[in-house]
Amino acid sequence: MDRRVRVRNDMPPGHIRTPAYLRGKCGVIERTLGPFPNPEQLAYRHKGRPLALHRVRFTMAEIWGDAAETPTDTVEAEIYAHWLEPADAA
Amino acid sequence: MPHDHHDHLSPSGHPFRADNDHPLSYWQALEIAVRELLIEKGVTTAAEIAGQIDAMDNRTPANGAAVVALAWTDPDFRAALQHDASMATAEMGFDIGPMKLIAVENTAELHNIVVCTLCSCYPRNLLGLPPDWYKSRAYRSRTVREPRRVLAEFGVTLPEATHIRVHDSTADMRYIVIPARPKGTDGWSKKDLADLVTRDSMVGTGLPKSPDALV
Repeated sequence: MDRRVRVRNDMPPGHIRTPAYLRGKCGVIERTLGPFPNPEQLAYRHKGRPLALHRVRFTMAEIWGDAAETPTDTVEAEIYAHWLEPADAA
Repeated sequence: MPHDHHDHLSPSGHPFRADNDHPLSYWQALEIAVRELLIEKGVTTAAEIAGQIDAMDNRTPANGAAVVALAWTDPDFRAALQHDASMATAEMGFDIGPMKLIAVENTAELHNIVVCTLCSCYPRNLLGLPPDWYKSRAYRSRTVREPRRVLAEFGVTLPEATHIRVHDSTADMRYIVIPARPKGTDGWSKKDLADLVTRDSMVGTGLPKSPDALV
């Protein structure tokens, strides 16, 4: 996976640990953790598929655009691998 | 008698203090029913449940403060904490269980602050139960959007040049902030240093106490 990634811009129903405010946003992988069982499956008592968990760093400018308080400040969040795609994907 | 509404008054004429006067919610009733059944069937006992609640209540920010004081005084531990905070703190006797811990260090250039926008994930084994504000929608939604204004409301105003990094605890990791060691504390004992470390300084919403505070 490229270090620069985009969070999938999907809104599926269910127990999702990817915050909505980060969907569709681009960031850089800070470190990779896991594998951890997929919480979207665990929540419904299925066996969780082991997934890499990436800590992704986003700038405030990327998340909030012109409304950013300080554009260069950053947010880091843990995003499961199946929620990430290469940042240059269409 | 000056009051007419007798059902709201104690026999001495004072209003009763508000208490848990509303009916149980669905989940409260369910919790009581499951708990009573587990006790009735001998799966657990009331004493075991009370003991577990006691153990949870006894975890306090003093655990986290001991971790910070050791990181300030022992370079090997500080390196171990950076490398694998779960393991480093477990060796001190603070086992985080199935969760994993990341320690993030504040410097003159960088200030870290922790939030869980989705719920209220918090390193309870090191900091005890989270304060009510940590679970509030206001803290959870504003910290990722305007951390500097949130910090100002906690009495922390940082220079524009200090980079702010917000950690949204979205999944399996828990976070503890290792605040910068206050100046003027050279040669201090770990115990005295730990006394400077506040709960909020380990969440990132505060700074350690000034050394003058202990004099």
